[in-house]
Amino acid sequence: MMTEARMRTVDYNLYYGSFRALRDVTINIPVNRITAIIGPSGCGKSSLLRSFNRMNELIPIVRTTGEVFLDGENIFNKDVVELRKKVGMVFQRPNPFPKSVYDNVAYGPRIHGIRDRTRLAEIVESSLKSAALWDEVKDDLGKSGLALSGGQQQRLCIARALAIEPEVVLMDEPASALDPVATLKIEELMEKLKQKYTIVIVTHNMQQAARVSDFTAFMLTDEQRSGNMIEFGQTTDIFTNPVDSRTEDYISGRFG
Amino acid sequence: MTGKKRLESAVKYIFLFSALMSILIVVMIGIFTFREAIPAFREIGIIKLLTGTVWRPGQGQYGILAMIAGSGLVTLGAVVIGVPLALGCAIFLSEIAPPAVRSFVRPSIELLAGIPSVVYGLFGMVVIVPLVRNIDVPGNTGFGLLSASIVLAVMILPTISSVSEYAIRSVPKRFREGSLAMGATKWETMTKVILPGARSGIMSAIILGLGRALGETIAMIMVIGNSVIIPFAASDNPLSIFLSRARTLTGNIAVEINYATGLHESALFATGVVLFALIMIMNSSARMLIGRKKWEK
Repeated sequence: MMTEARMRTVDYNLYYGSFRALRDVTINIPVNRITAIIGPSGCGKSSLLRSFNRMNELIPIVRTTGEVFLDGENIFNKDVVELRKKVGMVFQRPNPFPKSVYDNVAYGPRIHGIRDRTRLAEIVESSLKSAALWDEVKDDLGKSGLALSGGQQQRLCIARALAIEPEVVLMDEPASALDPVATLKIEELMEKLKQKYTIVIVTHNMQQAARVSDFTAFMLTDEQRSGNMIEFGQTTDIFTNPVDSRTEDYISGRFG
Repeated sequence: MTGKKRLESAVKYIFLFSALMSILIVVMIGIFTFREAIPAFREIGIIKLLTGTVWRPGQGQYGILAMIAGSGLVTLGAVVIGVPLALGCAIFLSEIAPPAVRSFVRPSIELLAGIPSVVYGLFGMVVIVPLVRNIDVPGNTGFGLLSASIVLAVMILPTISSVSEYAIRSVPKRFREGSLAMGATKWETMTKVILPGARSGIMSAIILGLGRALGETIAMIMVIGNSVIIPFAASDNPLSIFLSRARTLTGNIAVEINYATGLHESALFATGVVLFALIMIMNSSARMLIGRKKWEK
């Protein structure tokens, strides 16, 4: 691979109880690139995404084997709070807190100990600017985050994630609940963000993956309904010249 | 009209009738209590009744301020003791307890709601009152506001805890995930996102508990001492006001109604009207709070 990996998994398996949802997944997430994970519903792409910040651990029956690294360090040996400071997440459904725009963005910095008001105000402004939301909300930062439109809410959530200066931003179908215009804005934003951040996006939308991502991982379930990594490579290769026939079938819309 | 359709509309009217019936009963209770209270309002005067500090029916003195103070203070005491306890239970049940523990603890708390209040009174008399009696303040007999507040706190606990638990549970999971994904701990997520999100529900739970506390009668009569005095602090510590004996509005009615006649009887009904009004204000404010759910548009 031509770029170094920010995160990588090695023979990673994930079980829900006795059900094996991911089988021996090995993947490198390149630094400051957008990596898309695609595949049909239930192929484990969200489970894989949620492994990068250990969100799967919220479900008590989840068990994992294998390794996941962030900057060469095994994330299971790290404090989960420290990990999530470095690996932020944006969810499928916009989930701003029932607080003001300002308090939403300041939430992360505050819990991580920043008290200074001017410092907080700077972080809020720069994060909202990075998320391309500043111009739309700068006149009323006291407005409830829930009063924004769906697309604005999602950009607010991106701003909230950026406010703790993560290295990686995980996006779980960030545009699936949005209209085409708002979707386009998010995609343009991702393009901008990859200069500073490593982005991993799960998406159902193959055109979206083709448009925004630099690398694409294709996942598929096997006979035991476990998710497997079928193919990983540069997006242009995956979409124009896939190695695996199953990838080609999926890309060309023959199933899924 | 076919038979099926006729049955359909008959069923509709039966349910409508039941609904109207319950409204009618509330209205009737209000009207009759108020009607019986009219002589008292007319002859004593509302202001004098509400602000009068002396209650001597034999001498024609009917001021219920002492009882208002008694009800108010005992309710305040119950809230101070009961709300933290109830919220603790609610948080434990909704966030901390594993399912097995929850399925044991929750019915136990709900069972508290089913215990007859006279049993709470008995418990208060044999357990709480002797304990409170150990506090060394002149004139302290154990019977009084503190004992009553403790008993009442336990009585309102199930109401506040179950309504709060429901409010906490109905905060969408995505808020919790959003917070945890920012690197917040479970506790930070609880205090900074979940509880503020459930605030209106928790407020209404507390007000429902207040309503219950104001209405409680028999258990209060058994432990509060029933003296018609405005509670006072018997030592330098202002908190010793809670060791004072007192009487509640409800207790006033229940203790005296059996032998009251004429204006005295009417004054007791007037006490009932005051109580009725207080509880109605409480319940409607609770309903207003429940009605607001910011994120469900």
